Amino acid sequence: MAKVTIDGISVEVPDGTTILQAARMIGGDIVPPTMCYHSKLKTSGGYCRTCIVKVTKGSEKDPRPMPKPVASCRTTVMDGMEVQNLTSPDLLEARAGVVEFLLINHPLDCPVCDQAGECDLQNLAYENGKAGTRYEFPRREFERIDIGDKIQLHMNRCILCYRCVKTADQVTDGRVHGVINRGDVAEISTYITNAIDNDFSGNMIDVCPVGALTDKTFRFKSRVWYTKPMDAHCKCTKCSGKVRLWYKGEEVLRVTGRRDQFGEVTDWICNECRFEKKKTSDWTIEGPAHIDRDSVISANHYESLKALKADIDRQRKALPHGDKVTLGHGALDPNNQ
Amino acid sequence: MALTNRSKTVTVRELTWSEKLYLPAIFKGMMITFSHLFKRTPTIKYPDVKREIAPVYRGQHVLKRDEAGAERCTACGLCAVACPAEAITMESAERKKGEENLYREEKYASIYEINMLRCIFCGLCEEACPKEAIFLTDRIVPSSFTRGEEVFGKDKLVETTESPIDVTLRQRPEVLEFKKDKRHYHNRTFKDAKPRINKHH
Repeated sequence: MAKVTIDGISVEVPDGTTILQAARMIGGDIVPPTMCYHSKLKTSGGYCRTCIVKVTKGSEKDPRPMPKPVASCRTTVMDGMEVQNLTSPDLLEARAGVVEFLLINHPLDCPVCDQAGECDLQNLAYENGKAGTRYEFPRREFERIDIGDKIQLHMNRCILCYRCVKTADQVTDGRVHGVINRGDVAEISTYITNAIDNDFSGNMIDVCPVGALTDKTFRFKSRVWYTKPMDAHCKCTKCSGKVRLWYKGEEVLRVTGRRDQFGEVTDWICNECRFEKKKTSDWTIEGPAHIDRDSVISANHYESLKALKADIDRQRKALPHGDKVTLGHGALDPNNQ
Repeated sequence: MALTNRSKTVTVRELTWSEKLYLPAIFKGMMITFSHLFKRTPTIKYPDVKREIAPVYRGQHVLKRDEAGAERCTACGLCAVACPAEAITMESAERKKGEENLYREEKYASIYEINMLRCIFCGLCEEACPKEAIFLTDRIVPSSFTRGEEVFGKDKLVETTESPIDVTLRQRPEVLEFKKDKRHYHNRTFKDAKPRINKHH
């Protein structure tokens, strides 16, 4: 067992736990945001750097702080480790920089995008980013690609989190989907638009934190916040059959997997459940789904955020040399969002 | 039993002789009528004459097109969310190849309706619009005989390329100062580096 302190809150965790998992055990607002880490996918994480934290004390034996912010999803805890997330202004500034980099090539077409309203990147930018962009150059542009007849890939929006690649690798068999090229020209590809016809390929829509992979059967049908999520299940021979239905009126517009409080899919569902069963009679309704953290659907999502930020500002002022901290750009000014 | 203590008993009084003649009363009434012939009339003969309106007047909406003549609206639904009267409904559709000159983004509103009877002309739709597509203008919503005619579709809302609607009247310095935080970078393309703003600005 190791004792780790995150933002002043201590928790005892088993050895080998990552800082992110330890933070999730504590829960609440101190959990670092994640884009590429997914608890159900092995070897995910480490690409996006949004979950960075500041380690102010390495361990009980070696109390030196770590020289740079570390990715909490990949760094394991040590006994006596002290970690700062929200309480470190430097770290929040660094995270704002990460968000700015993620948004460099991401088009600001949220009014068009189907993911808007339940988009991890949208939430991340609202909560940790800056209001404006300094980028003045053309963004990457790709033609839209159809992956099979039900999934559309819009590479413009991709942030290369590799979640869909891990899904294709670990959930489906016979992998035909990966990342080609490197660096600035890297893109998700199916090797010359090979159709993916696998029973579980639809799960890559759910794991995509942005609107790069979208459900073509739901395309432009409705904005997310007009639909009502309901948990439902059915007897399915291929998958667990536990899904979330998105209703508009009496009509099921979309079927997705269920997500946990961190927006990560809990049960993989098969394509038949996802794309074919769009009638209420196909399902046993359990009740309205509780959308907690990952969506504007939850009431006053950004309002509670404002309160949190005001609270952080108060804490910051209490820090030593607080008056010297210049965050600049009004990045965390609640009135500026 | 009286409900209040303010009730008043009405009695019919017998008319006097001069009142029974009726002529003085008729004469008195005609005097009032004729006197109005020589007074200034407050009636404005709309639409030949138009009343002067305040610069912040909010009238019938317009859905603007961009400089190339493509519709700006992408059916994002934020105006409908912002609308306190729930007057706005829309349905979106995907732009097909070859329609790039008609719609600016890959999604557009195939149906866009504002119920002018529900609308309270608050201007929140204009404020919410991220694409600078919807504006309230200085035009008065015409009256009609049926309720159905007051639901304005795209045929009445979208401006034509031949006769663009001027929306500059309300875009006064104070309004622009209020809107200054809405820096619409995404409404700018890199092909034409100048900001995509209204032609009339």
